[in-house]
Amino acid sequence: MSMKKLHNTHARGVRALPALLVALLCTVILAGCHGSQGMDAFEVPEQWDESRTYEITFWAKNDTNKTQTKIYEKAIDDFEALYPNVKVKMRLYTDYGKIYNDVITNISTNTTPNVCITYPDHIATYMTGVNTVVPLDGLFADEKYGLGGSEVKFQGPTTEQIIPEFLSECVLADEHYAIPYMRSTEICYVNKTYVEKLGFELPDVLTWDFIWEVSEAATEKNADGTYKVNGQKVLIPFIDKSTDNMMIQMLKQRGAGYSTAEGDIEIFNDDTREILTAVGEHAKSGAFSTFKISGYPANFLNAGQCIFAIDSSAGSTWMGSEAPLVDISPDKLVQFETAVRMVPQYDVDNPQMISQGPSICIFNKADSQEVLASWLFAQYLLTNDVQIAYAQTEGYVPVTSLAQDSAEYQDYLAQSGKDNDTHYSVKIDATKILLENAENTFVTPVFNGSASLRDASGQLIENVSKAVKRKQTINDTYLDGLFDDVLALYHLDQLGGGVAGNTESLGPLPRASKILIGALIVAWIGIIAVAIHDKLQERDS
Amino acid sequence: MTKDMLTRRTFFGAAAGVSMLALAACGGNGGASDSAAPAAGDGTDPKGEGVMTYADYMAAAVDDEVVVECFVQDTQSWWEDQITIYAADADGAYFIYNAACTEEDSAKLVPGQKIKVTGYKAEWSGEFEIAEGTIEFEDGSTFISEPVDVTDLLGTDELIEHQNQRVAFTGMTVEPSTDPDGKEVAYLFNWDGSGAAGDDLYFNVSKDGETYSFTVESYLTGEDTDVYKAVQALEVGQVVNMTGYLYWYEGANPHIISVEVAE
Repeated sequence: MSMKKLHNTHARGVRALPALLVALLCTVILAGCHGSQGMDAFEVPEQWDESRTYEITFWAKNDTNKTQTKIYEKAIDDFEALYPNVKVKMRLYTDYGKIYNDVITNISTNTTPNVCITYPDHIATYMTGVNTVVPLDGLFADEKYGLGGSEVKFQGPTTEQIIPEFLSECVLADEHYAIPYMRSTEICYVNKTYVEKLGFELPDVLTWDFIWEVSEAATEKNADGTYKVNGQKVLIPFIDKSTDNMMIQMLKQRGAGYSTAEGDIEIFNDDTREILTAVGEHAKSGAFSTFKISGYPANFLNAGQCIFAIDSSAGSTWMGSEAPLVDISPDKLVQFETAVRMVPQYDVDNPQMISQGPSICIFNKADSQEVLASWLFAQYLLTNDVQIAYAQTEGYVPVTSLAQDSAEYQDYLAQSGKDNDTHYSVKIDATKILLENAENTFVTPVFNGSASLRDASGQLIENVSKAVKRKQTINDTYLDGLFDDVLALYHLDQLGGGVAGNTESLGPLPRASKILIGALIVAWIGIIAVAIHDKLQERDS
Repeated sequence: MTKDMLTRRTFFGAAAGVSMLALAACGGNGGASDSAAPAAGDGTDPKGEGVMTYADYMAAAVDDEVVVECFVQDTQSWWEDQITIYAADADGAYFIYNAACTEEDSAKLVPGQKIKVTGYKAEWSGEFEIAEGTIEFEDGSTFISEPVDVTDLLGTDELIEHQNQRVAFTGMTVEPSTDPDGKEVAYLFNWDGSGAAGDDLYFNVSKDGETYSFTVESYLTGEDTDVYKAVQALEVGQVVNMTGYLYWYEGANPHIISVEVAE
């Protein structure tokens, strides 16, 4: 039996983030003690020096998908053939959280990669270091080496040929600090057979009311304890893989607060309370669970033990009876009709879904020629060869119109269902939902600490889901405590912005914090005293 | 321990060093006791008050609070004040997932150490585990479980009764896996060969015509360990004897900790 991932691998990266963020902030603060100003800002060289050789590092993520690995390897080979003086060393990860952790670790030692697949949320934290991440507007516009530049040795997109919505997601502090690489969204994969068996008709656009109603109906059991709809002892009608995306999308659809662009935290509001109360009700009845609590939605869906499985479009090749990738034994597979829908909505006339997917950033180096080599490689990842091939590995959408409009890509879409591999219909249906709804996508504001807020939003749902199963009551008292716990766990009160709806005093500083601050004050006094002493000695001599 | 984790620890070590002097004042005497080393036992120490027997633990429902006393068999690498423990007593075994644990305490979680764990019973893709556990160190004897040979139970419903136990597999034949280039190889980095050195290793072994996928879990036994190197040295067709912990993921997925070529 093959295996997609192990949950102990998964959770490690996720839970590490808040502490790492604090560690990074500490590093930046402490760097001041040494008078470090970071690196000089990058300036585009007038001419790239091809007489020199460059070795650049590329940290990439694959979805534990060997085809993706091969596409990266081919891209590197093809790029090196065009630019024989550049050697690209790839390091592969299977988790964005681990890339984030390692980048943060390496910022303090100036050993960041040259090119990195990452998320804008994460870049915002990387930018805490001075001139750590290269701003790209100058490179975009460079006549020779920019997008569509005269001396670029391959046909990449022009700026206008990058899908504007996706490119705009890479703007931080009024400048582009990344280019989009692939885009996906959250998708609801549905066991249509069971929905109809329960007496419901599957609508084109799902609502939250519909999901909850069907899920509750599905919990009805036979006298022997098996579930009526599937005849099995196990059924979790609705499982969401990403509870952070679930909360973020629900809040957005309700027009409720999450955060401001400046980083003010707005998530602790009445809409969040209503959402969590509903989640609690359905988790208690067994109608709802999460990936972290129960396992991969795809495994339950394919075993006939789940009706609504929400996961990324980039997880579509694992979904359905005929899925090309399956993680359960053949004897557990159940035959059913898989339907693909956008995530459930509160307002079907105004659908909203998150845009996600990896972007590419470039880290600054002392040698601007090395940075230029990095930029050329990053740009190469936007060529049709890479974009179309990678998009086909999962339910990803290419980020350029150059690729999307190409005959090759259109032909790929048109052949949906031709086979259960490259043209697996569930994957292409999921892809089409994003292609047809680009204007209905949104992203959350990016600021230093926005990655922590994202984690916190999911933690709220995880905690409520666990709490009700442990016989706790979800009421205002519980939610007050939960908000306080999550605020503290993710250091949301230390992000620089304010926390709306949380104006109570946090009480006195802990003793350890007081001692640490005291030590820093003493250290600064010592540094200043030594500096004054040195000055006086200089003057006397 | 993986290379990634070494890098992370270096960073945290440097950061922590700055504040060490200041924080030292906070702590009391956290040193280990001077008492004599506990005697080796057979894992049958009487359970303390309020502590479940293994049978009680197994009978508990998912999401019930559970309290167990058990003996550390192994741990995955400590990470961010959490640690995952393979534990056992004379009656069975426990997988304690991401228990709260300081780095200082993690050093005390040596094989044989008796601990009391309070947490919640959870099930994740067929693996029964104790989640959100807190650990108390206990005096008493130590216990290292003996491997149970479950080779003949592979593919049977009885195998799950040994979930999480130290088990042995004998006389199994290494079968080929297919790497991303379509070549037949003895092992893969990640389940489909999409990984690199330091990632989990996956390899196939067969018995009586049935093939099974086994894993070297890199957080338990990383690339510097004997078992990681031994699996990298395997050749298709070799007959091997193995020990490991009977982890579960949609079916048996043993975490192998030793491999020896039998012939």
